[in-house]
Amino acid sequence: MELALSPEDAAFRDEVRAFIKDNYPAEMRVPNPETDLSKEQMLLWHRILHKRGWIAPLWPKEYGGPGWSITRRFIFEQETTRAGTMPPLAFSVTMVGPVIYTFGSDAQKNKFLPRILSGEDWWCQGYSEPGSGSDLATVRTKAVRDGDHYIVNGHKTWTTLAQHADWIFCLVRTDPAAKPQSGISFLLIDMKSPGVTVRPIITIDGSHEVNDVFLENVRVPAENLIGEENKGWTYAKFLLGNERTSMAGIGRSTRYIERLKRIVKAEIPEDDPAHLEFIRDIARVELDVLALEATELRVVAQMARGIDPGPAASLFKIRGTEIFQDITELTHRAIGNYGLAIREHPVSANHFMPGPDYGHTASEKYLNSRKLSIYGGSNEIQRNIIAKAVLGL
Amino acid sequence: MDIQFTEEQELLRSSVQRLLRDQYDFDARRKIVASEEGFSRKQWAAFAELGLLAAPFGEEVGGLGGGPLSTMIIMQEFGRHLVVEPFVETVVVAGGLIEQVGTDAQKQALIPDIAAGTKLWALAWTEKGSRFDLATVTTSARRDGNDYVLTGEKTAVLAAPWADHLIVSARTSGHRHDRGGVSLFVVDRRAANLDLQSFKTIDGRRAAELKLRGVRGQLLGREGEGVAALESCRDRAIGALCAEAVGAIGELNSATLEYSKTRKQFGTTIGSFQVLQHRMVDMFIAHQEALSLMQHLSLSLSGADAGVSRLASGAKSKIGYSGKFVADQAVQLHGGMGMTDELNVGHYFKRISSINIQFGDPAYHVLRFAQLEAAA
Repeated sequence: MELALSPEDAAFRDEVRAFIKDNYPAEMRVPNPETDLSKEQMLLWHRILHKRGWIAPLWPKEYGGPGWSITRRFIFEQETTRAGTMPPLAFSVTMVGPVIYTFGSDAQKNKFLPRILSGEDWWCQGYSEPGSGSDLATVRTKAVRDGDHYIVNGHKTWTTLAQHADWIFCLVRTDPAAKPQSGISFLLIDMKSPGVTVRPIITIDGSHEVNDVFLENVRVPAENLIGEENKGWTYAKFLLGNERTSMAGIGRSTRYIERLKRIVKAEIPEDDPAHLEFIRDIARVELDVLALEATELRVVAQMARGIDPGPAASLFKIRGTEIFQDITELTHRAIGNYGLAIREHPVSANHFMPGPDYGHTASEKYLNSRKLSIYGGSNEIQRNIIAKAVLGL
Repeated sequence: MDIQFTEEQELLRSSVQRLLRDQYDFDARRKIVASEEGFSRKQWAAFAELGLLAAPFGEEVGGLGGGPLSTMIIMQEFGRHLVVEPFVETVVVAGGLIEQVGTDAQKQALIPDIAAGTKLWALAWTEKGSRFDLATVTTSARRDGNDYVLTGEKTAVLAAPWADHLIVSARTSGHRHDRGGVSLFVVDRRAANLDLQSFKTIDGRRAAELKLRGVRGQLLGREGEGVAALESCRDRAIGALCAEAVGAIGELNSATLEYSKTRKQFGTTIGSFQVLQHRMVDMFIAHQEALSLMQHLSLSLSGADAGVSRLASGAKSKIGYSGKFVADQAVQLHGGMGMTDELNVGHYFKRISSINIQFGDPAYHVLRFAQLEAAA
């Protein structure tokens, strides 16, 4: 399904398509890019996009964005996901960057934005805590002012790729007496500061993506506070809004469905009674993708005319993640007995993995994608948002 | 992809909305359904007056040239008001077939009467055991002079009791399931040797069992190529039915949301319960997705895109399942009231259930969607 494009936008699409084809690094084409690449490998594409000026589609031109229209941003998103490229680190480019250029001081903009664009700084997100999951406003990590510094103590968790991070943006409590939402501040912390400890959390797929981050008497310069003290909740919500709209994941789902079809064709004979069930289930999930894609195109067309979907955008997070979970589950079922096997981490060619290549990541993808309906505001939270803000309940 | 309606299309939509709001509220509809004929000739004349019955046809046959998008606009509003008059059967299905495969003489003779509202039509393609397969036809037709003579039985023919003319599929060669050898015929509903047994449908409409014992008919389209014509016809009908379903889904969602904000149990409105809030969010999402797919299909029908038939099956299936989900939940959330004949909710439920049978159910179409890709 394609958006109706002007000749200029169509030319732009062709340019993006050709650029990906000519420049996407071959060494990033590994079985599971999300877990198999080193930090340096992950940054290869980031640097290529930076050089081309395409690293931060969302950013205004004055801060180093390409100055694209909504339509062009969508085309870029569509082409890069359809081609299966690894998106640049969202925590840096999509999350903290816009917070800094929207709410940060000039000094913060000058210091951090160029290093985000170049890939020099790797950011991670210090939001969740052991006691604050979906109920984010209850964060307990404390920041106490001490002269020109804050002294930070607390425990952040589910911190994705903190093991690579140079910086962490944190929600910290600066006013313990205030109501939960109003005593929070948004603080940037250097991961090399004394008192910062990262401990891996291994998830059910065996991979190491997330971590605990312990903060013990960490001294953070007060100049690293974003905006005003105790206004952090506003900035945090702004950031989560940016996160949701890109979660339909149409390109990824479409690629995984094509792969699933090839697996079913190879693995399940037509006289197997399960064959028809797979055909039907695949068709249904394919239609789910089609309906979501048509909805995304409808909303993009509206946005191009200045109509904001507002909180209804939560539906993209809900449906996009549910759909991808369905696809990875079907894929895991499709490989049959080899679904018992799972690759060992860290991944190495020396480990024996049975069965055909196309099935090697099925188990880990199935397991890993259970996270999708939990993170970024769980799907239940997203439903609360629509219920309240769209349906008026 | 969001359809930005032209001024003409906006005008069409607002005028249909105004007409139905003024003349087709739920009480008015109830009286129409309970009347002897079961539909309103007065309403039909009003639709003609407004140009609705001419809207989709090409200008060269006396239509307004609105195509599938005008059908979509009209049917979405008809779905919101549970309109029983046979717009799909007469204009979209029969009129569409005549426009697609009829001779110039047939087009000139038949379409103006449809557009003017003076003649009603129905399509007789289903037989015992054919289920949703257009090619499973045992009714036979043999040539006799310039005409043909048809013998056989057709089943559950919607709107047949109201119709002046029928289009009947019958076999001119080949065997029961063969794709080739099926032809289409125009038959006078009051013709000799044609027996009708009328019955009421679950959604307040009328249908009939037909017995043809040597009924004279006139060939429509090329002999033996009726299945291909019926397939395109079904694609257009699906476009119309999907729009009707989307209209009904939207109304069910508004009614349910409204009810949940006023109905009190356990000392509070039931809309304050999270389990029901999440249910209504899923109903909201189902409506949004169905609306998007409906627009996508109508645009593809307008552009006569390759693969439109596969898309039609996909939309029929997806919107069918969405409609069923919303209708089930709307009745459930209305509790006992949802079960009553008095409330409109049950009537939307029944219309959506009927839509899900017409021209093939969601299970049939999801498999057709899958198989057409393998064939492509």
